[in-house]
Amino acid sequence: MLVSIRRLLVANRGEIALRIIRACRDLGIETVAVCSSIDAEAPHTRAADQSVTIGPPHPRDSYLSIGAVIDAARTTDADAVHPGYGFLSENPEMAAACVDAGLIWVGPPADVIGRLGSKVEARRLMQEAGVPVVAGEMPRDQTDEGLAEAARRLGCPLLVKASAGGGGRGMRVVRAPDRLHEAIGEARREAEGAFGDGTLYLERLLTRPRHIEVQILADHHGHVIHLFERECSIQRRHQKVIEESPAPHLTAGLRDRLSTAAVRAAHAAGYRNAGTVEFLVEGTDDDATLAFLEMNTRLQVEHPVTEAVTGRDLVHAQLAVAAGAALPWSQDQISVRGHAIECRVYAEHPADHFLPDSGTLLRYQEPVGPGIRVDAGVVTGSVVSSHYDGLLAKVITHADTRVTALARARAALARFVVLGVRTNIELIGRVLRHPRVVDGRVDTTFLESELDDLLAETEDDERPALAVAAALAVHDRLEPSAAAGPTTTGRADDPWATLGAWRLS
Amino acid sequence: MRVLPTSVDTTSTEFRANRDATRRLERDLQGRLERARAGGGEQATRRHRDLGKLTVRDRLAHLLDPDTPFLELSALAAGGMYDDAVPGAGLVTGIGRVSGREVMVVGNDATAKGGTYYPITVKKHLRAQQIALENRLPCVYLVDSGGAFLPMQAEVFPDREHFGRIFFNQARLSAEGIPQIAVVMGSCTAGGAYVPAMSDETIIVKGTGTIFLGGPPLVKAATGEEVSAEELGGADVHTRLSGVADYLAENDLDALQIARTVVSTLPTTTPAAIDRTSPEDPRYDPAEIGGIVGTDLRRQYDVREVIARLVDGSRFDEFKHRYGPTLVTGFARVHGFLVGLLASNGVLFSESALKATHFIQMCTLRQLPLVFLQNVTGFMVGRTYERAGIAKDGAKMVHAVANAVVPKFTVIIGGSFGAGNYGMCGRAYDPRLLWMWPNAQISVMGATQAAEVLVSVKREQQSRKGVALTLDDEAAIREPILRRYDHEGSPYYATARLWDDGVITATETRNALALGLSVAANAPVPHPKFGVFRM
Repeated sequence: MLVSIRRLLVANRGEIALRIIRACRDLGIETVAVCSSIDAEAPHTRAADQSVTIGPPHPRDSYLSIGAVIDAARTTDADAVHPGYGFLSENPEMAAACVDAGLIWVGPPADVIGRLGSKVEARRLMQEAGVPVVAGEMPRDQTDEGLAEAARRLGCPLLVKASAGGGGRGMRVVRAPDRLHEAIGEARREAEGAFGDGTLYLERLLTRPRHIEVQILADHHGHVIHLFERECSIQRRHQKVIEESPAPHLTAGLRDRLSTAAVRAAHAAGYRNAGTVEFLVEGTDDDATLAFLEMNTRLQVEHPVTEAVTGRDLVHAQLAVAAGAALPWSQDQISVRGHAIECRVYAEHPADHFLPDSGTLLRYQEPVGPGIRVDAGVVTGSVVSSHYDGLLAKVITHADTRVTALARARAALARFVVLGVRTNIELIGRVLRHPRVVDGRVDTTFLESELDDLLAETEDDERPALAVAAALAVHDRLEPSAAAGPTTTGRADDPWATLGAWRLS
Repeated sequence: MRVLPTSVDTTSTEFRANRDATRRLERDLQGRLERARAGGGEQATRRHRDLGKLTVRDRLAHLLDPDTPFLELSALAAGGMYDDAVPGAGLVTGIGRVSGREVMVVGNDATAKGGTYYPITVKKHLRAQQIALENRLPCVYLVDSGGAFLPMQAEVFPDREHFGRIFFNQARLSAEGIPQIAVVMGSCTAGGAYVPAMSDETIIVKGTGTIFLGGPPLVKAATGEEVSAEELGGADVHTRLSGVADYLAENDLDALQIARTVVSTLPTTTPAAIDRTSPEDPRYDPAEIGGIVGTDLRRQYDVREVIARLVDGSRFDEFKHRYGPTLVTGFARVHGFLVGLLASNGVLFSESALKATHFIQMCTLRQLPLVFLQNVTGFMVGRTYERAGIAKDGAKMVHAVANAVVPKFTVIIGGSFGAGNYGMCGRAYDPRLLWMWPNAQISVMGATQAAEVLVSVKREQQSRKGVALTLDDEAAIREPILRRYDHEGSPYYATARLWDDGVITATETRNALALGLSVAANAPVPHPKFGVFRM
């Protein structure tokens, strides 16, 4: 049944909320933002047509509160809810609550989220459908002894994961059996804290796999298409840092196997809307080892690289599918054009164990130019709070070739001004120059193993930049109007002042 | 403003072929520019330097503010004319920034035929003055010229738009409050003497600068008096005795420094009230335009893909998107300047012309500059269209363009044929600046159409005599016409004759427009007035 979405509530914050609001604006859909009390002036709150403050800063009482979000949708007379990623996006109860409240849920149905959210259930489904999986199990006996028993059966190295989790939370690597006990304890505590469910799952760990995932789209009319793959192997503690599409060094046969397996996985799960099938891959040839890792039942953080190379707007497609329409594109209309790379800019201090940083952004200026897209959730003056994920912005560069896309990314990051909090910008810049990244030969162990060397590179001398920042701060305070000035000389918008010694040809 | 979508596939064979063909044209353009900028060649340049003089390009470099742009005009003037004896017509003109002010610079290149004025040299000089007048730009003349090229005096001296007009313009510009500054850095003989003499302020270089109505040979012939050039009209004579010049300079560098000081004391103009904001690069790469447009004028493409690569943030608010689709109209920003943009997207129909008329009139009333991207085969022909009055609808467009008093800029990005040239603000419609891309073609009609018209005229003449034309006869008429149109329609034939202000590449267009728009802001925009629109 085709319905129309008139007003959509965005149950999220930061860059992804802005991303969704922008797509709605394209399509003439009104938007409702929800925010916690400290986000009342946040960019996503201001960007929406209206906003509702749904609770205090702690996510549990605001962005993670199903009741508060549904109430906000009711009071603003919204007819649909887009969850973004994180928060409630992969919570089957949220999906069900939306449907119960007569709202369109922009995502897969609750039972599909439930099935794929359970690692055991998802594995069983995939095995039945003939999608290759990694050896692993969720012991019925969740005591330390029960888990240790299962670990012995699987052998080391292995991975302890929260059954309900994602994004690296509640996940521990065990390389030797004597570390098992400690890992179980930590993972369980984190899982209970983050997801309210301490059930753990054990899985055999491939030693140097690549993380490659396939974007899929499915509608309510039985169509499933894929939008090719993304390479997400550059990770730190299972958190992706740099992603790209297409994945480098894949044979056509391997690419085909990945996308076929992904489409099969989506069919097996009865999937609807946008989703991602994650695989671990060892080898680059047609006969490389593939293993289904999990299926993410939401829009991914790294979706823009797929949008860049396919030229398709995934949020537009999500909204169309949610409204009951058939997929706007058929498989043969999807092709890859050029290469795209995404870098995630976090407020954190890499040299100090990646401690998240918080504070006010004194100056924030995004790089602009051909082939550069920045999805951000902050502006100058924004307060970066320790309550939320420290992702400030994603810099996506797109070019004809991987070499140019990399060069563009390096140049864009070099021009990215973020003052007021520590960021990982410099570190990403170094990663992008690393010979293995330049060659496109990385696996999921790359960043962890190279991290010390990358961090040990001499830090750039910060003093000139600090002096400029200080001068700007004083200048702004003393002469607020001097920058605009009455004369035409030296204005920032004056081409005679900004084009340099430009000459024709 | 809305961001334009793109559907260009930069990996397609067609795109790559177009891009490569465009690159070849651009390399050809670069080669021509390099040759033109070499002036009169190595030997002449060496002789010039031996006299202690800087070349005209070096003079420019020292006159302009460091690290600022220079918008050179008609660098390929006189190309292929006069046996290529005067590259760039022996004159460098352009707009640059001196002491923080935008000025028109006109500099003779004495290495090319002693900087003498050929017919096209005069035309290029007059065009620079015209641009100075329209944009209220102070003029700095770097004079080093032997005056009119005597063998061609009939085409240089007597007519309304010949040599005398230069001084007429200097008088009129001065009267308009547009300062005229001359730097005498070589000879200013006969008529040439009037350039410094007619200027508000004049600087002269000791040893090399001379000003006189008749040089030593003429004086000897006329009166028998023997006198050296320095005694007759040197720097000392003119700054101490005659008062023809005002400042004495030790050498070229000193003279240019004095000129910079003089310009720094000129009154500043208040920029016209214009809508401008912070500039933003296009979202899509301007380097992709070549792959979209290609070099085959018969190929259709969506001109919005070009607009998306020229305007700020690739944002474009299209006006009347659904009506008269062969002409795209709308609002965009170029380097922060708000403009009304008209871009050809096919042949002009009545609807396209009416839409253009509406849009031009609207922008003019809002005092908004207009940018024309011209690629037009003309107006639609045929019984249906004539009966529907396409001539009067085209006339409305031409009427609106002619009376649009806002700054207009035209870029010929493809074909420029027939009355399409008029409607889309061709040279005769006084755009402030007009450029052609290397792939452009300009003529009254397409070569094939012209050849067919002439063949059918001949066929009728012959059939009245009872003779039939053979295929060979037809080819004999057709081939020379095709060759001739091809030759004369080339952008280099056009730019050699000053039918434009230069040939520029697609990627240079954005900066060129930005500088042009900035320059236009120096002059107030008058209130619009339209005549009778034929309805």
